Amino acid sequence: MTNIFQFWANIFPKLFDGLIVSLELTALSLLIGLPLGLLLALGVSSQFKPLSWLSIALVEIGRGAPALVVLYVVYFGLPALHWSPTAFLCAVIGLTYTTAAYAGEYLRGGLRSVNAGTIEAGQALALTNVDVLRFVIIPQGLRVAIPSLMGLAIQIFQATSLTYSITVSELTANAYSISNQTFRALETFALAGLMYAAITIPASWVTRQVERRMSLGQ
Amino acid sequence: MGGFAPIILASPYTLMVTVGAFLIGFAIAIPLMFMRRSKFVPFRLVAQGFIDIARGIPPIVWLFFIYFGLPGIGILLDPLEAAIIGLGIISAGYLAEIFRGGLVAVPKGQFEASHALGLGSWTMFAKVIAPQALRAMLPGLATYFIGLVKDSSIASVIGVTEMVFAASTYARRSPEGILLFFIAAVVYMALSIPMGLAARGMEARMRKAGAR
Repeated sequence: MTNIFQFWANIFPKLFDGLIVSLELTALSLLIGLPLGLLLALGVSSQFKPLSWLSIALVEIGRGAPALVVLYVVYFGLPALHWSPTAFLCAVIGLTYTTAAYAGEYLRGGLRSVNAGTIEAGQALALTNVDVLRFVIIPQGLRVAIPSLMGLAIQIFQATSLTYSITVSELTANAYSISNQTFRALETFALAGLMYAAITIPASWVTRQVERRMSLGQ
Repeated sequence: MGGFAPIILASPYTLMVTVGAFLIGFAIAIPLMFMRRSKFVPFRLVAQGFIDIARGIPPIVWLFFIYFGLPGIGILLDPLEAAIIGLGIISAGYLAEIFRGGLVAVPKGQFEASHALGLGSWTMFAKVIAPQALRAMLPGLATYFIGLVKDSSIASVIGVTEMVFAASTYARRSPEGILLFFIAAVVYMALSIPMGLAARGMEARMRKAGAR
């Protein structure tokens, strides 16, 4: 029976490979999901009713259904439509949708918080509607939404662990297979948990700092 | 096509996991919040460490650790127990922070007024502080509970026969099984939307009661 640190040193490389996959999933979901979320936020506040209803439905479904259910629907659903992407791609699609839905809600809140006076000022300067959006509303709205979007990024990083259930070899899946081979589930999942925590705890600390600094600025 | 039946039959497990975890979390969060506010530094560090670890590790890893890991030190739990305890630990971390936020929202003058009236610390807490703090944290509690309903789906990975477990069992068997996920999604929303409305109503009522 090797001691626990020896065991951890042995399994670390494989868990680390998994962690890289988890981080890749997080990065891709945020990279695609955040711009989509901005589109959804703009869609929700659109004057054109059908677009606004569609955006509201997409946001509410994405936030109302558990991320795990979204992943399963993508994973089992797309093959029924005669397209069978890899599990990794299914995970990116599912997590991107969840990201976009939450980001849409946070950004909508951010955009709504923009002072009406600055919008009127933009109009008074004869900016077109698109320019008011680009140079006045979006920059200010984004700023307000930054702390919640950082929190969302941490949640999505944690949610990558759900993709274990659709066979993506990320950190949790690798820990699971190691524990099956070694019968040392306690030590394996403890190390996997610490690896997640090593990222989420400093990240939420940074988020709190940003939140505090931004509330001071107001 | 079995239709709604498998999902409806599984929904009591979804509720059991959610309510069980919420109650355990609530019970642990109260002492945790007091430790977090304690003047005794080791208490504060332990509480902060517990809160950070509880919230910083994904639920699925908690459940695997408890369900597959704890038997290694002689603690055997069935899937339902493991899921309730695991999600209960996570809830404790989140609820402790919500409680703390509620307490912070009570104006300092209320504490001072209670002292000036010569109230004991228990009376002060039960009669003056807690009712006001509760009002401040109600929206947070409701949001957390609704989120927990969705997180209870994670219990399916250790074999708790809740809604997502039922749906994935069918989905693996036949292509039409995918429909069960849509039904499950509808049930999640059917649960969370009225809860959200009820919470908002409760909040409005408490605000009115407070204004009186």
